[in-house]
Formats: sequence, C-alpha cells, structure tokens
Amino acid sequence: MSVPATDPAALTRTVTVDRARLVAYADASDDQNPIHQDADVARSVGLPDVIAHGMWTMGAALDVVTAYVGGDPARVLSCQTRFTGMVVVPEGETVEVLVVGTVTKKDEEAGTETIAITATCDGEKVLGRCQAVVRV
Amino acid sequence: MPINPDYAGREYPPAGPFTVSREEIVAFAEAIGATGVAHHDQAAAQALGYRDVVAPTTFAVRLAQQCEAQLIGDPAAGIDFARVVHGEEAFVHHRPIVAGDVLTGVLHVDRMREAGGSGMVSTRVELADDEGRPVTTVRSTIVVRGEGS
Repeated sequence: MSVPATDPAALTRTVTVDRARLVAYADASDDQNPIHQDADVARSVGLPDVIAHGMWTMGAALDVVTAYVGGDPARVLSCQTRFTGMVVVPEGETVEVLVVGTVTKKDEEAGTETIAITATCDGEKVLGRCQAVVRV
Repeated sequence: MPINPDYAGREYPPAGPFTVSREEIVAFAEAIGATGVAHHDQAAAQALGYRDVVAPTTFAVRLAQQCEAQLIGDPAAGIDFARVVHGEEAFVHHRPIVAGDVLTGVLHVDRMREAGGSGMVSTRVELADDEGRPVTTVRSTIVVRGEGS
C-alpha cells in the first residue's frame, strides 16, 4: 500500500483577518462575545481594541495541518493549543497572522506525525504549545 | 463570588441533539479561511469518501460551547462570564463531523479550583452520534480572573 501524500509546503501560510471576518466567525461559531466586535466594550474591559476570538486563530492556524494531509480532516487525529496572546483587529484594518508548522516527531509504528505550529501577529506569538497529530 | 469547587466531577445529562447542517459547516470553514474543498463542496467531500461536506478540525467548539453553557450559565457555579478568558483548547477526533450528523454532547466538569487568585475550570464534552458512537472529545480550560487581576 502506498503512503498517503503529505505536502510540507502547505505548512506555512499568512492568514488575514478584519472586522467583517470576526463578525462572520461570531455567527459561524455562535460566540457573540462583544469584545470581538465592539471596540467600546473591548476597551471597557481593559483590552486595547477588538480582538479576534482565540478559537478563530486556532481554527485558521490548524487549517495548515489539514492542508498538509491533502485536505482530508479524517487524517487529523487530535489538536490542541494554549491561548497566550491576542490578535488585535482595529477598525478598517486587515491584520496578518503568520502560521508556520513544523514536523517535530514521527512515529512510524503508529503511522503518525506530530506537527508543532507557531502563529505570530506583529512578531508576537499568539498561540502556545499549538500542535496536531496526523495520520500519514 | 469565587467559583464553586463542588462542581468538580459533575457530569451533565446529554445536550442536544444538534443537527449539523451543510450551511453551518460552510460558514465556519469560510470564516476561518479553511482552504480544503471538502469543507465547501459536497462533490469534493464525496470524492474523499464522505457523504457530504466535512467540518474543519475546530468546528466542534460550536457544539461544545452549547453544552458548556449548562455550567457557565449556572449562577451557583460562580463563573463570572465577564471575567473569563480562554486558557486552553484540545480536540480528539474519533471521526470527522459531516453535514447531516445528529450529535449529542455530555458535559463533564473535570477540574474546578482556585489558583493564584483566579479560578481554573476544565471541562470535557464528549460528542457522540445518534447511535452513541464517539465523534469528538473537546477539552477546554477557562480562567476566571480574580478581582485583583
């Protein structure tokens, strides 16, 4: 049986986010916390401005892993992250998040690989210990 | 009011059923910028062996949060939502979620304790299909910031 393909080039990507995307994610995830849409509310609780949902960032970052295994979600066995930083999204701006995945472990017996993911915004890490285990 | 540690170990009755629609999978995939065509296009999903569009790897959070509301929204649990920040999230996929799935979620409160002036609440939602087979395990830790932070 041939080994299913993986695509290392898919592990690096820049994703963009703006206010409209956060509204779309709020609706799609059913997480309508106003700190992700309303600058006045965000500032009232001590935030610099509207911030992206942590789960938006995790979802956007993890898509590189699905792309790595040929776009088949069944090959992504598990994934996890800590939320260590914020993606601040000012009105009228498009913010870039750089996502880089690296294969850190290969388990040939189990047929799996572990992929560590860094996600940075303005040079600051926004996810901590983000990783996924995929079937290869 | 601090969080109520008596809730640790609690297991809730199944929440749902949640019928997962094609539209909600497509909307979620588009919002996170998911590139795989199997998230967006039924024919592409069928080419991979699925009956319909297949959810991105973090989609289960949409269902898990509806289960977690049983705890978050319970005043006696002592979780002040305005002071909550998301600490950690983890998914174990027993199989992908596909449009048309009818899922239920059982909420478990794995840990609930004070640490350094803040509350740490770890939950686990076990999503299962309409025949009781496991689909996704969703683990979440939230931090309820104390009054001084």
